Amino acid sequence: MKLLFDRIDEPGLDTLPVYERRGGYDMMRRALTMAPEEVLKSISDSGLRGRGGAGFRMGQKAGFLPHGHMDKYLVCNADESEPGTFKDRELMQKTPHTLIEGIVIASYATEINRAFIYIRGEYALQADILEGAIAEAQAAGYLGESILGSGHSLSLVLHRGAGAYICGEETGLLDSLEGKRGNPRLKPPFPAIEGLYHGPTLINNVETLCTVPHIIRLGGEHYAQIGTPTSTGTKLVSISGDVQCPGNYEIELGIPSREIIYGLAGGPPEGREVKLWFPGGSSAPVLTKDDLDIPYDFDSLAKAGSMLGSGAIIVVDESHTVLEVAIKVAKFYAHESCGKCVPCREGTNWTVKMLDRIQSGEATPMDLDIMASVCEQIIGNCLCVLGDAMAMPIGSMIEKFRGELETEIEIARERADAAALEHVVPIGVADRHAGPLTVH
Amino acid sequence: MSSVPLGDPRSDHDSGEGAGGAPRRRPTTAPVPRFAHGSRVPGWDESVDLSKDPATVPDRATTPVPQKLHDAIKGAMAKYPDRRSAAIPALHAAQATYGFCSPQAIEQVAAVMQLTPAYLTSVATFYDMFELAPKPRHDVFVCTNISCSLRGADELYDALVNATADEPSVGVRSFECLGACDIAPMASIDGEYVGPLNTDDAQRIVEDLRAGRPVLEAKQLRFRACVDPGVAAGAREFSAPAARKADTAGLGPTGDVLDRPGPSAPVEIRPDEPKR
Repeated sequence: MKLLFDRIDEPGLDTLPVYERRGGYDMMRRALTMAPEEVLKSISDSGLRGRGGAGFRMGQKAGFLPHGHMDKYLVCNADESEPGTFKDRELMQKTPHTLIEGIVIASYATEINRAFIYIRGEYALQADILEGAIAEAQAAGYLGESILGSGHSLSLVLHRGAGAYICGEETGLLDSLEGKRGNPRLKPPFPAIEGLYHGPTLINNVETLCTVPHIIRLGGEHYAQIGTPTSTGTKLVSISGDVQCPGNYEIELGIPSREIIYGLAGGPPEGREVKLWFPGGSSAPVLTKDDLDIPYDFDSLAKAGSMLGSGAIIVVDESHTVLEVAIKVAKFYAHESCGKCVPCREGTNWTVKMLDRIQSGEATPMDLDIMASVCEQIIGNCLCVLGDAMAMPIGSMIEKFRGELETEIEIARERADAAALEHVVPIGVADRHAGPLTVH
Repeated sequence: MSSVPLGDPRSDHDSGEGAGGAPRRRPTTAPVPRFAHGSRVPGWDESVDLSKDPATVPDRATTPVPQKLHDAIKGAMAKYPDRRSAAIPALHAAQATYGFCSPQAIEQVAAVMQLTPAYLTSVATFYDMFELAPKPRHDVFVCTNISCSLRGADELYDALVNATADEPSVGVRSFECLGACDIAPMASIDGEYVGPLNTDDAQRIVEDLRAGRPVLEAKQLRFRACVDPGVAAGAREFSAPAARKADTAGLGPTGDVLDRPGPSAPVEIRPDEPKR
């Protein structure tokens, strides 16, 4: 079943005439004839959980916003920077009007009159397409003052970021949108109470907002029948890494993970097997090939000790070592840490240094314990979860692949020792290549 | 943490097995230049250069700003309730004008936005896409994050660095995840995503940039179809487009309107379908 990806490759879908011919903006018209509470109830009934990573119910989050007319804001989080995630890119590039329609409906349900799309600066093509789509929608009266005579007004502004992973964190995003460095804020107060410019703010992911028109079309209760009772609906899954057909797939939540990795993406190249996989972006604790039969939904993955996150599966096969994966992951978070909280700023850096020590042959198995304890000390001790996002996968790699990492330490140490001995000329031996090395 | 040895943990370690081999690390006894309060960086309440006065908001009358840049910044400021929100768009515009966020460019943005240059510098230094030093005209960002490196991004990066060694107008830089792991290993060339690349493409990229033509058009992300088989199945209802261009607006290659079925039908879910 395809909802978001329904014939998404149709040429010209990013323009208003084609989108309207396919029934675009009809759901917005329908929503505007309903009462805002009714629309909100539909979204709540659908059980739609946020697609950006945290998996918080959208209806509940929207319900936290105070009622009445005041300076409230809706921010669409299009700062898709989680390694392995590229689903929003495809949506914004191919069907930008679905996002605009979703934003209008969501803003109507929560009586918001100002909306922003925060798109990462690297998505230049997608930002241009969105900008064109916003202009088209404005010209057609789908945005602006009193949309289609309903009395609901909405201004929508596209804001381009400038390359910072932390701006995908909701409060970091708000600071960045206010023109500051993208440092996360202390919570509470949560953005629903005090967010952008100190006003109540609803922040949702692109995919979440794109789903809203489909919820209006199907009806909340009908939508809730798709997927599992606690993880409703369809989800875009971005599969990458060692698979034969990497890309975005729309799945019904709750299908076995094996079906996604092997059935849809074709599994690792011939003759190789899955060694580990990240079920929800590089921030999720890793799972092994024994976990391939876990149903792909929020609760099953949480029960397995990981998370669905943004729905980005990264597959690593046997031809790669755990160490190289761990170093890449840790270096990314050390680079992207904003530096506001000490445990994250220092913890990510020291983890990188310790992993580098393993590679240069200077580590001992005890370093793995130190690393695990550093990871423990990061989790839950920072304003945002960037530090946790490094600590969780690294901690899980140490836990699940300890044997391999210890072997790696030994191999690297022997390699380093051999390299050091290259420079040693044993006493009494004129030509050190003449015989076996002996150290006196 | 009693298991962590105190003092220098490596002095025993090295002498134990290094057997007098090549010294592996810099001796830690070398004096480090320090400020009066004992740190290697100036204190938080100290100015780096005390001989200068703190920079204030530049005067609009005495700071000439190119009209185009001025209009771009003013236009950005008008879009937000708070003018400071336009800091990032304004710096983007300044970087597009001057090639990088030079002190002069930041001064001009500060004059238009009525902010201090220090504030804008603090913003510009936070984000990866702002350069505070002169940079080559063409940007090649190679994604070297996990998904791309599993598919050989590090080799691609080395190949691109080698291929552009004698081309001063191209700057190659390794970048964190650019959000295109489906075309891994990939690169963003002046904002255009291309992939999957192999090391042989490096030379072609340089040639295309030199000639000023679109880079590796066959591998550009904008023309790539969705891999989900369900999408292609639905798309079969349409006649295949001659060229997969994003902006055809539903028109055929000759400008005629393509005849396609109407609005998409609602998705049917049978209520008797057993729930998972």
